[in-house]
Amino acid sequence: MSLDASDIEKIAHLARLEIAPESIERYAADLSNILDLVAQMDAVDTTGVEPMAHPLHMSQRVRPDRVSEHDQRELFQAIAPLTEGGLYLVPKVID
Amino acid sequence: MQNKSIAQMAAELRLRNYSSVELTRHYLERIARLDPRLNSFISVASESALAAAERADRAIASGDAGPLAGIPIAHKDIFCTAGIKTSCGSRMLDNFIAPYDATVVERLAAAGAVVLGKTNMDEFAMGSSNETSYYGPVHNPWDADRVPGGSSGGSAAAVAARLCAAATGTDTGGSIRQPAALCGITGIKPTYGRCSRWGMIAFASSLDQAGVLARSAADAACLLDEMAGFDPRDSTSADVAVPDYVDALDDDIAGLRIGLPKEYFGEGLDPRVAASVQDAIKEYERLGAKVKEISLPNSPLSVPVYYVVAPAECSSNLARFDGVRYGHRCENPQDLEDLYKRSRAEGFGDEVQRRIMIGTYVLSAGYYDAYYLKAQKIRHLIADDFARAFEDVDVVMGPTAPSTAFALGAKTDDPVAMYLNDIYTIATNLAGLPGMSIPVEPVEGLPVGLQIIGNYFQEARLLNVAHRFQHVTHWHQGAPSGFE
Repeated sequence: MSLDASDIEKIAHLARLEIAPESIERYAADLSNILDLVAQMDAVDTTGVEPMAHPLHMSQRVRPDRVSEHDQRELFQAIAPLTEGGLYLVPKVID
Repeated sequence: MQNKSIAQMAAELRLRNYSSVELTRHYLERIARLDPRLNSFISVASESALAAAERADRAIASGDAGPLAGIPIAHKDIFCTAGIKTSCGSRMLDNFIAPYDATVVERLAAAGAVVLGKTNMDEFAMGSSNETSYYGPVHNPWDADRVPGGSSGGSAAAVAARLCAAATGTDTGGSIRQPAALCGITGIKPTYGRCSRWGMIAFASSLDQAGVLARSAADAACLLDEMAGFDPRDSTSADVAVPDYVDALDDDIAGLRIGLPKEYFGEGLDPRVAASVQDAIKEYERLGAKVKEISLPNSPLSVPVYYVVAPAECSSNLARFDGVRYGHRCENPQDLEDLYKRSRAEGFGDEVQRRIMIGTYVLSAGYYDAYYLKAQKIRHLIADDFARAFEDVDVVMGPTAPSTAFALGAKTDDPVAMYLNDIYTIATNLAGLPGMSIPVEPVEGLPVGLQIIGNYFQEARLLNVAHRFQHVTHWHQGAPSGFE
């Protein structure tokens, strides 16, 4: 499997990563090598094999729908890069 | 002082031969003097450590001390610690002080352990050499030009160099066992779900598990006794009773059935490492164990499967780092997309970005069946291999890593060569089984690890099997020169 520059640009956009133009070729080569390694899977016949969703075959636990956490907004926002009046600030999204 | 077992230290603290404050100062002095050679700590928490030591001394004096009261340990910098920076080895979290303690941290603190600091690691636990850390590589105490292994390389080097009594680690594909092997110490990765993942920064959630790096199986048992157990805050935590690991250490192992997978002794294994591992297995035979060759036919596929499953889960988990709520945020973002893209590109190093991109690719529209679903099916086949093996044997043994510690920089330009370091450890994570590494005879002065894999929730048996070997051998007592 070989990825080219446009594949890398597309993947980087999906992953929300700003990739420097000079790094694209390197990433294309590295990711292609990793996908070559992964391609060993193609030789395995997995007809009728169930995918392993959980190592212990457990199902997701649910808890009673009761309030279990108290409000810690100030504590959590104390480590945020930019907040105002209890809100997280980001660049303007809607004009 | 630093060569005593945890049980000895605990007993001597209770006899008041020395105080925890004295013991803690002793370790802090060693860290200040010796760690510049290793770079095994990202943060040293002298003040809070001495405060915890004082509390431990008071608890010991009043007779209500926990089992680990006053014992100085270190946490891998992946565990959230309120008040001490938790960087996960990344620029992304260089400014992050968690608002709470991880469950593992909380439990060890409740048992009285003193936290000396946070250890270096591969960035977001992605690496096998500790070279992807934003804080620079860790040096192997046995040879400063070599890697300590990874991703828990700082914990492994710190324990080997006697800079702490023991340390926590995490293991997603070998990140406790491989550095334990390369640094000549004992490491245990428990069964998936055995220790809580709450407050442990997520890499690949279906594989991640917390464990211990220590100088012996007995020391590891002391910590695991406190760490293991059900936690309602981790939705994948196993609600299974925890036996007393220390109590089981001396159980007889006569008649133990050991399986040696032929796939773990083939091409790619350094013959000197193989010889050392075979000698250790002969020692087990002298202890009354029976050895049998087995086959784990799908295990060679574990590396390809892992490099789909782990990156896929990492791309999802690391989506939370967006420059908005905590962590690194770029300067002057032009718009929201620019904020995300630049904050993430500046905050994450190369290996993390590679894995996020691989994960994004294999989960993208049209590729899911060919990659993630296919990998999860083969994962089932890998787990089935172990299930068949455990019908006939009690433990599986083999090498932990294919070679001794390699030179710093030797594999940094070739991600795939680096990934192959974990060829013997990854299958255990994919199956969710517990695994250990213990030191056996070194090769040319460099440590070698014997891997011991058990069936689900058989940690007590693993620690027992390791302890009986350490009872009759001395490989685990060797200290690297300059760190005795």
